[in-house]
Amino acid sequence: MQNYSLDDRYIKDLDPAKHEFAITTNDVKVFYGDNEAVHGVSLPFERYKITALIGASGSGKSTFLRSLNRMNDNIEGSRVTGEIMYRGLDINSNNIDVYEMRKHIGMVFQRPNPFAKSIYDNITFAPKRFGEKRKEVLDEMVETSLKQAALWDQVKDNLNQSGLALSGGQQQRLCIARAIAMKPDVLLMDEPASALDPISTSTIEDTMMQLKDKYTIIIVTHNMQQAARISDYTAFFYSGQAIEFDETRKIFTRPKIKATDDYVSGHFG
Amino acid sequence: MSAKSIDKFMTGVLYAVAGIIVLLLAGLLGYILFQGLPHVSWHFLTSPAKSFEAGGGIGIQLFNSFYLLLLSMVISVPLALGAGIYLAEYARDNWLTDVIRTAIEILSSLPSVVVGLFGFLVFVLQFGFGFSILSGALALTMFNLPLLTRNVEDSLRQVGFAQREAGLALGLSRWETVIHVVIPEALPGILTGMILGAGRVFGEAAALIYTAGQSAPALNFADWNPLDIASPLNPFRPAETLAVHIWKINSEGIQPDAAAVSAGASAVLIIAVLAFNVLARWGGNRLYKRMTAG
Repeated sequence: MQNYSLDDRYIKDLDPAKHEFAITTNDVKVFYGDNEAVHGVSLPFERYKITALIGASGSGKSTFLRSLNRMNDNIEGSRVTGEIMYRGLDINSNNIDVYEMRKHIGMVFQRPNPFAKSIYDNITFAPKRFGEKRKEVLDEMVETSLKQAALWDQVKDNLNQSGLALSGGQQQRLCIARAIAMKPDVLLMDEPASALDPISTSTIEDTMMQLKDKYTIIIVTHNMQQAARISDYTAFFYSGQAIEFDETRKIFTRPKIKATDDYVSGHFG
Repeated sequence: MSAKSIDKFMTGVLYAVAGIIVLLLAGLLGYILFQGLPHVSWHFLTSPAKSFEAGGGIGIQLFNSFYLLLLSMVISVPLALGAGIYLAEYARDNWLTDVIRTAIEILSSLPSVVVGLFGFLVFVLQFGFGFSILSGALALTMFNLPLLTRNVEDSLRQVGFAQREAGLALGLSRWETVIHVVIPEALPGILTGMILGAGRVFGEAAALIYTAGQSAPALNFADWNPLDIASPLNPFRPAETLAVHIWKINSEGIQPDAAAVSAGASAVLIIAVLAFNVLARWGGNRLYKRMTAG
């Protein structure tokens, strides 16, 4: 594999007059100790669209995604600089209530991580903590979010069963249901289907296509077919930098940068 | 020898070693129970000890042991939880936490008689608590706290980082995540450690000889005012426990039936400690099933 220049980049300019953005980042850098893992990424994320972040392992796409809801705050020695604009606020600044912000920007992780609680409690636990006590509202929330996550039919008779007793694919859909029960604005997904079989993967992809009506989705994926199938925009990451950002079909048919072309046509990665 | 026969031989050696350990334990337990159980009766379990004549029981010592245990757990459990949560969830890796961890390690390997003498100097003399349940409970806390803290920290660390991220990503604060996600999952392990610690404390003698004292004044079980000297609840009365009692009759007992009392008391002590261990396993498993299976 050859080395590509990080200066050779193409980031498509989206006209703010024609597009509504959920999140825009400006020169976001992520450091682990002295090591700069992400070098100044500026990307727009359009509302009610799916944006895929693709790239080889270690290209910084997951690290960048995790900085969007400040999950890197919990990693000792990590530091994020630059602006992350959400509803006119820079959520990367110190005076932001991180916990409140995360209610609006939810996340689904690479490995399913349901709580060691029942299916019902997995979904209602956080809303209950935030003060929702009415049983009919909670019941409704469980049903709606499980239906949106395409899990309702399989578990509706066993809502008191442990979330850990489900299969891997079901656990991941439970985690998606748990995240959307909070009715976030933006859903960050970090390779949500990487540990799943093809059938579960395709169910989750269907789920995402449906969620697009109400949520802005930013998804990291290793699977290029997946990115091509479901996303509206794609950003290609290489060596800690967003090399190319464009409409998905352009990235996969006529990429402007050689590194992108080589990656999507399978020459490296 | 071929790899296969070496494998067979070594498996045999391991079986033999395990067998020896089981035999030793079974022999020891069997001997104590066989010697002691014939002397255990309801009368023996409930009546007070006698210093000069035969027919004394262990009623007061038994009560003292449980009361002391309760008091020391009431002091040490919250401290252990606090310290364990801090070390597992909040402490950063720096020299200060290194010092704390090393201190806990050293403290947990202190001989209990040293803890007892320290308790004597500090709680009995310096603080003026005298030979009392309180001094004993504080000494036992010193003895038990490091292991309990370690247990809480280890149990919390067993819970995966992904669980914490799950809580945080839903907008829960760090504290809420610890209290409502991490601790419930770690609870079976924490509980098991606590019960095992209780068993260890229950059988402890050396740390108590110079702190809780070696006398068991008569108690009036109708008097529940903790300030009265004859009240069983009074934390300032001297309180010989079962383990100390066994040590004492064996070293200076002049009762005609000293050997029988000692054997009976040992059997009761062993049964109590065994019960703590069984309870820890059973309770831990049950709680784990309940917490995880909804």
